[in-house]
Amino acid sequence: MDQKRQERLIKKYARVQQESPGAGSGPRPGGGGRRGNRNMTVKRPENSKQVIKRLLSYLEKDTARLIVVFFCVIAGTVSMLAGSYMLRPIINSLTGQDGSAQKLLHSLLIMAAVYAVGILAQYFQQRIMITVSQGALERIRNDLFCRVQRLPVRFYDTNNNGDIMSRFTNDLDAVGDMLNNTIVQIISGVINITGTLCLMIYTNIWLTLVTIVMVPLMLRLAGVVVKRSRRFYKAQQAALGTLNGYIEETITGQKVVKVFCYEDVAQEEFEFLNYNLRDKQIFAQFFGGIMGPVMNGSGQISYSVTAIVGGLLCVLRGFDLGGLTVFVNYSRQFTRPINEFSMQMNTVFSALAGAERVFKIMDEQPEPEDAPDAVTLNPCKGHVILQDVTFGYDPGKVILKNISFYAKPGQKIALVGSTGAGKTTITNLITRFYDIDSGSITIDGVDIKKIRRDNLRGNIAMVLQDTHLFTGTIRENIRYGRLDATDEEVEEAAKLASAHHFIRRLEHGYDTMIEGDGANLSQGQRQLLNIARAAISRAPILILDEATSSVDTRTERHIEHGMDRLMATRTTLVIAHRLSTVRNANAIMVLENGEIIERGDHDELLAMKGRYYELYTGKTELD
Amino acid sequence: MRRYYKYVKPYLYAFILGPILMITEVVGEVLMPALMADIINVGALHHDVGYILWKGLSMIGVALIMMAGGIGGAWFASKASISFGADLRKDLFQKIQTFSFANIDRFSTGSLVTRLTNDITQVQNLIMMSLRMALRAPGMLIGAVIMAFIMNRQLAMIFLVILPIMVVAVVIVIRIAFPRFTILQKKLDALNSNIQEMLTNVRVIKSFVRGDYEEERFARSNADLKNSGLRAFHVVILQMPIVMLFMNTTTLLVVWFGGNQILTGRMPVGDLTAFTTYVVQVLSSLMMVAMILLMSSRAIASLKRITEVLDAEVDLTDQEARFGQLPVKKGEIEFRNVSFRYYKNSPEKVLEDINLLIKPGETVGIIGSTGCGKTTLVSMIPRLYDVDEGEVLVDGVNVKDYSLKNLRNGVGMVLQKNVLFSGTIEENLHWGNENATDEEMRQAARDAQADSFVQSFIDGYDTQLGQGGINVSGGQKQRLCIARALLKKPRILILDDSTSAVDTATEAKIREAFSTTLKETTKLIIAQRITSVMEADQIVVMDEGRIVGRGRHAELMQTCEAYQEIYDSQMREEALA
Repeated sequence: MDQKRQERLIKKYARVQQESPGAGSGPRPGGGGRRGNRNMTVKRPENSKQVIKRLLSYLEKDTARLIVVFFCVIAGTVSMLAGSYMLRPIINSLTGQDGSAQKLLHSLLIMAAVYAVGILAQYFQQRIMITVSQGALERIRNDLFCRVQRLPVRFYDTNNNGDIMSRFTNDLDAVGDMLNNTIVQIISGVINITGTLCLMIYTNIWLTLVTIVMVPLMLRLAGVVVKRSRRFYKAQQAALGTLNGYIEETITGQKVVKVFCYEDVAQEEFEFLNYNLRDKQIFAQFFGGIMGPVMNGSGQISYSVTAIVGGLLCVLRGFDLGGLTVFVNYSRQFTRPINEFSMQMNTVFSALAGAERVFKIMDEQPEPEDAPDAVTLNPCKGHVILQDVTFGYDPGKVILKNISFYAKPGQKIALVGSTGAGKTTITNLITRFYDIDSGSITIDGVDIKKIRRDNLRGNIAMVLQDTHLFTGTIRENIRYGRLDATDEEVEEAAKLASAHHFIRRLEHGYDTMIEGDGANLSQGQRQLLNIARAAISRAPILILDEATSSVDTRTERHIEHGMDRLMATRTTLVIAHRLSTVRNANAIMVLENGEIIERGDHDELLAMKGRYYELYTGKTELD
Repeated sequence: MRRYYKYVKPYLYAFILGPILMITEVVGEVLMPALMADIINVGALHHDVGYILWKGLSMIGVALIMMAGGIGGAWFASKASISFGADLRKDLFQKIQTFSFANIDRFSTGSLVTRLTNDITQVQNLIMMSLRMALRAPGMLIGAVIMAFIMNRQLAMIFLVILPIMVVAVVIVIRIAFPRFTILQKKLDALNSNIQEMLTNVRVIKSFVRGDYEEERFARSNADLKNSGLRAFHVVILQMPIVMLFMNTTTLLVVWFGGNQILTGRMPVGDLTAFTTYVVQVLSSLMMVAMILLMSSRAIASLKRITEVLDAEVDLTDQEARFGQLPVKKGEIEFRNVSFRYYKNSPEKVLEDINLLIKPGETVGIIGSTGCGKTTLVSMIPRLYDVDEGEVLVDGVNVKDYSLKNLRNGVGMVLQKNVLFSGTIEENLHWGNENATDEEMRQAARDAQADSFVQSFIDGYDTQLGQGGINVSGGQKQRLCIARALLKKPRILILDDSTSAVDTATEAKIREAFSTTLKETTKLIIAQRITSVMEADQIVVMDEGRIVGRGRHAELMQTCEAYQEIYDSQMREEALA
């Protein structure tokens, strides 16, 4: 493979690596196994203060518990420190003249009590904290879900689902990690360091100075490693993203690869990207991996130096042996919280960055409130009028121009035209997924902006081209159209949509589980279920947006009868690519470039010998 | 497991050196407290400054050796594990390339992607961790116990009592926790799919005004997740206190028995200091072993999933092809008593007793309801699947006797679910023929009626297509896919419902181009629209896996009821007009 091709390959699949923490590690519950490297890319969030404040607001309910946790942390840390310090008098008395088993037992009992307090404090602190953090996470998740769900359709049309999804998984995981462990560990780390420092100074000031001098040296060493490791880690992530992009695309298109006998080329390209990743990864993992030995080694050096100086102090200045024993233990412990502290700070940063991303979505503008004078149509008859409707998704780019038509109950109005002519946009406007720029849309004479949104949409049943089903049984999916429908009504609706027949043939009939957006059903069958779902709803207005595009014409013909019954009492808007489906409409609108250029029923339009005629007889391109 | 040795072999030195170097860290770690004890026992008690300096400096020396060992170990560990993973991934990919359609269907593409990415990473991480920790933790455990025994046999007995009890306690905790984490994972998956559905189905939710319903549903599965999370975590957090309990108890016992020995002069005081350090080392390395075991269970599950792919039997190869060199020359196709079912045990046959002869250069239309076996029928020609009974012949030779490469190069197939790949339009078209000239490419595009819209793009054939060809319309995508297949200059061309998003007029132009430029090519066209096949030399009408009608349009209108029905459903009113 020549170099040019290699470069092109890398460029093609190099996706911008998302800044989300733990990218690629998948969703993890709570504080599960943390990988050493994942916090290398974390940036400090921009306005941490506000983010923290907002996070804390989710903990407000648990203030009392948090106070208990706080005291538990203090009790736990202090008792651990005290327990280890008690070795000093014990050793001194053992080496001194006044040592006795009696005294030893006495000291040990005190020590045991101190330890017991420490262990209990630690347990309760963890237990309470887990409860608090899981509760807070639950609340954040619920909040996020509700907020996201209330966002306007425009938001979904302009944002990537995967990206929103990662807020729920990666970002909230990072927050969970922090709430579960980090806060407590930081507090206990701070207490630990100050406590140890105090005890060290109290034990021996000179040895303390020796230990403290070692600290900046260690930090410098760690800094060098981290810097290297960050650089290689970045390269590794880029290579990993490239390879994963390649894998995903190639495996998804594997059947095409096979049909074109492209296996060898694919293998060659894959191997190049694979080994490219390997070469980067070895270094990244190496530098990630030496952090431990380097810190450990320098900790041991500090331990050794303390031992020498301490030993000399014993000889020259009469420093007590018990003091030396506890001090060398402290000097080992002292470096550990510092190491951990820096790691924890990374967790905090990624959690705050995650929280910021979560809050950002929460702050998106939801669908505006209904006007205070909004009305409820009860009952709604379904008289739809569009008058001079003009609309564009982006300002300055008009999609629909001066659209006017009306539809009476029981009428079937069809919209035909090429892709991008604005057919689907009209349905977006009637349901108020988007609001019109000028003109008016009324239902039963009421401007739809003056109708309560829930009421408006409740009166419209839609069948969309993309067949979306939910995890659950077929029965539940049909009932989605009207939650209080009886089993008989569900079957009735399925019969109307000609779905009853195939449902009965499934192994579990109506109780067949639909999983993964209905992958176990054919596209056509799923469309029939969608129709059944709309049929069960009593909404007087029915919108069919390419509702039978995946049903073959013969089957479509079979369901026609049911569809006719469905439409008889409703106002129906049909959008179709296939002209055979719209022939019997009361009126057909031909849309082009956002304008209605022809209207009339099938025969009139044919007689007109205009665009519809050309389309119908196949003389014009429609795309 | 033996099969994986082949990935170890080239890096055997790294697999051996890594752990060995890591052991130097362990040795250092257990030597340190002993050296320290010497400083206290000999140096400090006997006021021997030279001895203190000597031992202290050797401590520093040991620390430096440890660090060097650790760094070296890290290098070999990452070299070994990453190379292992890369080679394994390569073989896995290669294996998937040999997969038949049936194999791919069985695994599903999503799961294959996970196995290539996530599962390999899991295994890599496990190996790296094992090389660095697996020897280190038990090594430290054993080393510390041995040092303790050398120093003071009686005192060391305490370990032998405490250790087993603690192991049992920790195992019990893990045993209880493990199933709870499995449940937690399930709840998490459920929650995630709930969110995913909300995101993709938002229009449905909004149009049926089911916001509150969805929120309730989510709140329920969210609460479910929290509760099972708490159930799992409440057990796990017991672990730390339990370990602390044992660690502190051991310390107390060591000080009690050790202290008594010191009082009676049977033990130097420095040894007590060393012992308390060993307590920490022994117990913390035990924790580490537990953690490794816990983590390895996940990686082992991944390894199993990888093995599944590597072990999968490729059910369609050209090993037994009798005419490996033979290319497809004329493009004659014959089905003889062909039957087929996708799964061996399914009662219904997808194809039943198909007999069909297609002459070179013929245009054949295939029509019928969804699910009647049209796609399956044509899939037999490039051997995407193998027949269960009967045989398929191309140019009079059983398709099994061609090499797959020659057969598939001779048969151009435009799939129903087709994909374009990232890259330019030109790169995509060149899939058909890498060495095609610009003129050949444009000719293919012209025949597929794609040239004009490609030209209308600012970058023309250099226009970048996003993944899955997302920035062209459905009809344009189909036309590009056809052009890609045309560039192959196949003897047999199969279009599987590949013009469904193309309007009738353009489709007619494509058909016209076929009849002039692809006269010699045998063309099979599966279509929904009857106009797409009406002019074919032969129309095959299928229903429930059988051929129910065959002939020209006029004949079928007379003889075939199913065909008439289809015709009526699409052309009724025009016929009346």
